[in-house]
Amino acid sequence: MLQRISEYFRQVCPSDIHFASLRYVEEITEVVGIRKSVLQPVDKAIDRGVMVTVFHNGGMGYAATADLSLSGIRSAFQQAMGWAERTAGKLVFDADSLELPHSNGSYQSPVSRKWTDVSFSEKLDLLNTIDKQLPVDERIIEWSASLMNIRTESLYITNHGGEIHQQWEMLAPDMMAVAHSNGQTQKRSFGSRGISQQSGWELFERVPYANEGARIANEAIQLLEAPDCPSGKMDLILMPDQMMLQIHESIGHPLELDRILGDERNYAGTSFVTMDMFGSYQYGSELLNVTFDPTVSEEFASYGFDDHGTKAEKTFLIRDGVLEKPLGAAISQSRANIDGVANSRACSWNRPAMDRMSNLNIEPGDKSLDDLVASVERGVLMHTNTSWSIDDSRNKFQFGCEMGELIENGERKGIVKNPNYRGISATFWRALKGVGNRSTFEVLGTPYCGKGEPNQVIRVGHASPACLFGNVDVFGGA
Amino acid sequence: MQQHFMKLADYVTTQLTGSEIATSYLVAEKSDFVRFNHAKVRQPGSVTQANLQVRLINGQKQTAVTLGLVGDLEQDKALIREQLTSMRELLPHLPDDPHLLINTDVQSSEQVADNTLMDTSDMVDDILGQSEGLDCVGILASGSNYRGFANSLGQRNWFANHNFNWDWSLVHSVDKAVKSSYAGTEWSSSDFAEKMTDAKAQLKLLALPSKTLSPGAVRAYLSPVALDEILGLVSWGGFGLASHKNKTTPLLSLLDGDDRLSEHFTLFEDVVGGVAPDFQADGFRRPNRVSLIDNGIMTGALVSPRSAKEFGVDTTGADGGESPDSLHVLGGTLPRADVLQALDTGVYIGNLWYLNYSDRAAGRMTGMTRFATFWVENGEIVAPLNVMRFDDSVLRMLGSELEALTVEQDLLLSASSYFNRSTASSRLPGALLKNFEFTL
Repeated sequence: MLQRISEYFRQVCPSDIHFASLRYVEEITEVVGIRKSVLQPVDKAIDRGVMVTVFHNGGMGYAATADLSLSGIRSAFQQAMGWAERTAGKLVFDADSLELPHSNGSYQSPVSRKWTDVSFSEKLDLLNTIDKQLPVDERIIEWSASLMNIRTESLYITNHGGEIHQQWEMLAPDMMAVAHSNGQTQKRSFGSRGISQQSGWELFERVPYANEGARIANEAIQLLEAPDCPSGKMDLILMPDQMMLQIHESIGHPLELDRILGDERNYAGTSFVTMDMFGSYQYGSELLNVTFDPTVSEEFASYGFDDHGTKAEKTFLIRDGVLEKPLGAAISQSRANIDGVANSRACSWNRPAMDRMSNLNIEPGDKSLDDLVASVERGVLMHTNTSWSIDDSRNKFQFGCEMGELIENGERKGIVKNPNYRGISATFWRALKGVGNRSTFEVLGTPYCGKGEPNQVIRVGHASPACLFGNVDVFGGA
Repeated sequence: MQQHFMKLADYVTTQLTGSEIATSYLVAEKSDFVRFNHAKVRQPGSVTQANLQVRLINGQKQTAVTLGLVGDLEQDKALIREQLTSMRELLPHLPDDPHLLINTDVQSSEQVADNTLMDTSDMVDDILGQSEGLDCVGILASGSNYRGFANSLGQRNWFANHNFNWDWSLVHSVDKAVKSSYAGTEWSSSDFAEKMTDAKAQLKLLALPSKTLSPGAVRAYLSPVALDEILGLVSWGGFGLASHKNKTTPLLSLLDGDDRLSEHFTLFEDVVGGVAPDFQADGFRRPNRVSLIDNGIMTGALVSPRSAKEFGVDTTGADGGESPDSLHVLGGTLPRADVLQALDTGVYIGNLWYLNYSDRAAGRMTGMTRFATFWVENGEIVAPLNVMRFDDSVLRMLGSELEALTVEQDLLLSASSYFNRSTASSRLPGALLKNFEFTL
């Protein structure tokens, strides 16, 4: 079928078009879940279609359709061309000077045991095992576990010979338990799908899942009985399943070049980062090293090429605390006249590509978790994001976690509930005073990053060690 | 689209064997999306998409597949046939679903708009013309939205609307902007010009020297849009029966009867007053009104068919997430024209942004001010406010601190387009609060 689509595109696309592309995406998503010992309706979605994009005579346009016949693709091309004609001279950027790549290549997720090779009963057995672990006593009033599998195939072709074929398989397991007693409710989860990776069933050889139910449930119960997180300025250790959110919101989004160029000001917001900061701005302490890296094999948003055909490469965005590059793809780079990365991405065939994160990681340091804890006189260690809020410049933030641990005189002193902290991106990262080593490093990701008009939710990966921050405004609940 | 859906639904029925039952639920759209930045076009395009969920039921066993439709009858029939075969093979391996509730009460319906939309390009030209010289950024979405339900018992429901939603901001500088919305079924250049004039007037106020507040409590007025953000967060697992039963609702103390909101606060799901379909994905019809909070007392919940079966109550036709589609808060006694005078000295909040919970179980939430938010002294706007973080309890805001609601209500049509264009809306007044807690 892919060859046929490619032929159709070449048939309908005249040779004198400045730039035209067709992006085909097929995605199959399956979710199998169990809630309180009841198998939930098995949820499967199959979606496929194409987006045709045209840049011509100073205008641009796109058209998306699921009709993959010759007439369907011709109609989409004509619609896109119509938009290009009607917007000639009305664009916010110079479409004529834009040079998008015409690359060739392929990419495939590393998978050793495909989801489709695992029997339904084996999937159900795993979920039933966890379902039995979660209700540890009568205070657990709600529990569930689920597995989400996503299989995606894309073909990207351009009017001057570009052709890129990519295939992904992803797996995102989750579980959660809600504990309730004496008017209080607490929840623990396996990361709210934070353990999302490119992988087949072998994920469970890397990630402990099958025996985690009792721990999750017991921690929810312990939280019911725990004191509230203390308030005040203190040291803060964030585990990777909270670092993921911290990186995402206060480094990833502010570095998106389309935000800096103003595209998102009506919706997702602007950025406190300005063009003059690249190359000199001290984003964080010298311990901070941030990379855009779509080449980590199992990470959720790895790929060979972005959705405008640019080859993906590992790139330092922040080195030794200094801001070097934005998260900006070919079109934004052209608009802003600055180097960026291969991060033009669309959530599917029905939405246009824009600057997104893909994998955004913090490079590991040299401290074990014990070293980090031992260096804290008074502070809190926080696990697993549960709440996130940040201003539209991505500066003033407040984040909350499912569980905290009080640290006094270099020792963990027990669980605290409702842990929250707030700060300002521009100063928070400069308070980074310890970075965990490889032993604390985890490769995580989320299927749910929202942005764009029309709105798009996309998959991103974040790998990080545990990190220690000083003098953070920490507080508890109610 | 309607004819295509009905033919496919009939086809599904013909493919059933024995005691099988099937339901079909369509979500489809033909939309133009034009994105603007700096009063020029950023990304223009068109999207045609249709997703059909086919559910196969046999006894108490069920499974479903959602298919992206091609639009060609024979190709779509082939897709359905292939998936019915797969589902039929899977069913015997599934346990009975004790929470499966099938709608056997056949209630067909049709809600079809008969308006014709102006060509989107003409709207684009009007926007470009009227925003010339301004820093205008936003999204124009225009086109047709379709929802359809059918089951093998003979029920057929169809919903089609054709509307536009121009959601835009005029930016003064950096994060100082006026956010506006113009949505409807018939584009009027003069109506748009009126809204543009209002926005320009507010833009002038943003040119005043801005004020930074110290953290602490202040009097505040929440515009209907700002109140919508607060209720939007509460709607995320706050009004559904499942969230009540598993105690995760942020309104837990209302549910337990330990607390109440202001006696002036009445909130309900208003299917008749909204713009969403009056049926849901399993074919259950929605009652005209579902009472949720009456004079400050929690009186009901949104109930999906699964929750209805699990907890032994009637469904309210809510979808699986049990979130409202057509929220309505009754107006109060404060005329909108008197808002600044009643506020006296405090913050006029045009928009809030990025809300989430600080302590969900206690109803405590945080978020940011955004767009046109002003400091008011003696009933006069004196300065735009630099963005501030609030952290306060929804139980306090809509309870002890709620001084008045405006007489007038705004119908706010959702501009959300995740996966497809939303049909949600809310009808809300503004709210005057005695105190609102800022923290950063």
